[in-house]
Amino acid sequence: MEKYIISALVQNRSGVLARVSSLFGRRGFNIDSLTVSPTTDSAISRITIVVIGDEYTLGQVLKQMAKLEECIEVVHIEEDDAFCWELVLVKIRGDVNDREAVRELCNVYDADVVASSDETIIIRMDGTPSRIETFLSVISSFDIIESSRTGVTAVHKDKNNT
Amino acid sequence: MKLNGSQILIETLLEQGTDTIFGYPGGAVLNIYDELYKYSDRMRHVLTAHEQGASHAADGYARATGKVGVCLATSGPGATNLVTGIATAYMDSIPMVAITGNVGTALIGRDSFQEVYIAGITMPITKHNFVVRKVEELADTVRLAFEIAMSGRPGPVLIDIPKDVTAAVCEFEHKPAVQPRPHPQIQHEQIKKMADMINASERPVIFFGGGVIISGASELLEQLIHRADIPACHAMMGIGALKCDDPLNMGMIGMHGWVSAGRAADKADLLIALGTRFSDRVATKMGDFATSAKIVQVDIDAAEVNKNIEVDHNVIGDARDVLEAVLPLVDHADHTPWKEQIATWKKRMDYCPKDDDSVIRPHQLMKKIDELLDDDDIVATDVGQHQMWAAQFTGRQKPRTFLSSGGLGTMGYGYGAAIGAQIACPNRKVVHITGDGSFHMNLQEMCTAVSYNLPVVTVVVNNSVLGMVRQWQTSFYGHRYSNTDPHRKTDFVKLAEAFGAKGMRCTTLAEFDAAMREALQTNGPVIIDAVVDKDERVLPFIPAGETINNVVID
Repeated sequence: MEKYIISALVQNRSGVLARVSSLFGRRGFNIDSLTVSPTTDSAISRITIVVIGDEYTLGQVLKQMAKLEECIEVVHIEEDDAFCWELVLVKIRGDVNDREAVRELCNVYDADVVASSDETIIIRMDGTPSRIETFLSVISSFDIIESSRTGVTAVHKDKNNT
Repeated sequence: MKLNGSQILIETLLEQGTDTIFGYPGGAVLNIYDELYKYSDRMRHVLTAHEQGASHAADGYARATGKVGVCLATSGPGATNLVTGIATAYMDSIPMVAITGNVGTALIGRDSFQEVYIAGITMPITKHNFVVRKVEELADTVRLAFEIAMSGRPGPVLIDIPKDVTAAVCEFEHKPAVQPRPHPQIQHEQIKKMADMINASERPVIFFGGGVIISGASELLEQLIHRADIPACHAMMGIGALKCDDPLNMGMIGMHGWVSAGRAADKADLLIALGTRFSDRVATKMGDFATSAKIVQVDIDAAEVNKNIEVDHNVIGDARDVLEAVLPLVDHADHTPWKEQIATWKKRMDYCPKDDDSVIRPHQLMKKIDELLDDDDIVATDVGQHQMWAAQFTGRQKPRTFLSSGGLGTMGYGYGAAIGAQIACPNRKVVHITGDGSFHMNLQEMCTAVSYNLPVVTVVVNNSVLGMVRQWQTSFYGHRYSNTDPHRKTDFVKLAEAFGAKGMRCTTLAEFDAAMREALQTNGPVIIDAVVDKDERVLPFIPAGETINNVVID
């Protein structure tokens, strides 16, 4: 199973996200992450979805999404051709004694400690999905209380691609 | 001019050429019904017994005519009762606009009386749907709904209208009827390649489906197969697209298709699929269908390519456009050896049920119906054994004369569809072939046929059991007939009379012949209870997950 990044421009209407997720539910496509965000045109939103599947799934996702009335454009973005970025917040258990170790680790990954209390430390990190995966596996040597990822957002490097 | 929402709805429907709608009134659509009362000279409203009947009637109307079928229901249960009909139309690519009322915008989201989120419910079974929140958006929404319903691969579109929107007033201006969006542009190289593959083939087979009927490509299909001498077979949805008695028409393939046709598809070196999606009733074993053949798929919906089976070449476009483009590039050919081979299979392998005039055998009953109908007359079926017998033996000659729920397999579809077809085609005979199981699901529509004095002839192929499921239980579940032998005591003759229709019962072929002749002359609905043996099976039969090589013939 591979992960594929799908980027779609959709009309910014109520229910459009429900339509996309309904399609994924009905066809049995697996979503790893999904983000919806405004674009410079207030009538249009961008949906970025990371799909788990194979080439068949990818082909069907693209063609079935293209059939949605409110879908203006849908493309598969190859990670090498695009900037793919994500942000994560991680809350770990740790007191004053752990802070130094955590800071050192954060330095290696360009992460920041954004808040700390007597018992917990909250870290913010952003980067490519794969770098975030690596960071999360390293930080798991601490006791992770919870973490929250934004999901991937992406733009094509080529100026002609939207 | 200033009009209220209900007037705007009817005016925009009239604008699209709609003069008939099927529906059922209720609280949320009271304003619409009040206007329908005033517009009754221009808009015919057909009241069904149940909203499901209205949705099937709109579907039958659309299948029989090619026009967009329209149904109307109130909020909540009215709307949910349409759902099966909408899903049926969606699976078979039938253009339909379903209109539902909803509670007023101020009450939406508060679990108000008869409130349901029908847009959410129908999202996966419509091409698109709308909730109209402002009266100013209503007219263009109706127009867009029609455009979507009939463009490309057709399908149902739902418009949900809150009650206050049907009362609110705004400026309305007439516009011309919307047209379907242009078909995809056909790529010449793709056509050239398709023609080259046809010209190079020694054992070609054409496999056509409902797309040929939708695009009106019957004549072109006939030209192509005769020009290049290509034997053709079809999916159930393709019945009538090519004359049943055309010498190159091998008949239906798939789970209950002809063995010779299935074998031809299996041994062909080229299979050209026209407007058909290789459903699991045809390509019964995933990854093992027409394995000797190069496969060319022609479909207007790109998502169908490589969805159910992998193909070697595809052309995205309307079947008619594609056939028009490819015909001049196709050489005249003669495939006599290949046709002789198929004829041998036909003689040796095809299922040949024995006649018995002392009872009613299903194949004889269907052939009798075929014999008594003209080519323009319409057959509507329900779902189950009778549907397959009808598909195998009613010999339809023209497109849009065989109405049957293919993709969804909706028991209870037939009567509503027959009513819709009869309303659309008052001068043609409509025969509704059903089973005692299917008929029990929506037989209340008899009151509709009586109210409108529709001469629909219903033939109940009555084997007193739920035959198709029972047949599977016979073959695969050790004769354990779980809930397929309901011991019902329904007297269909008395039932027909109770509804104000005519009822007849017959147990021999001669009795059926007489009943059918009388029914076809009757000016009103008739129910014929045709008794058949409960052990009659649909043959041939490819068990699910098997191929034509494991077909069961007796």
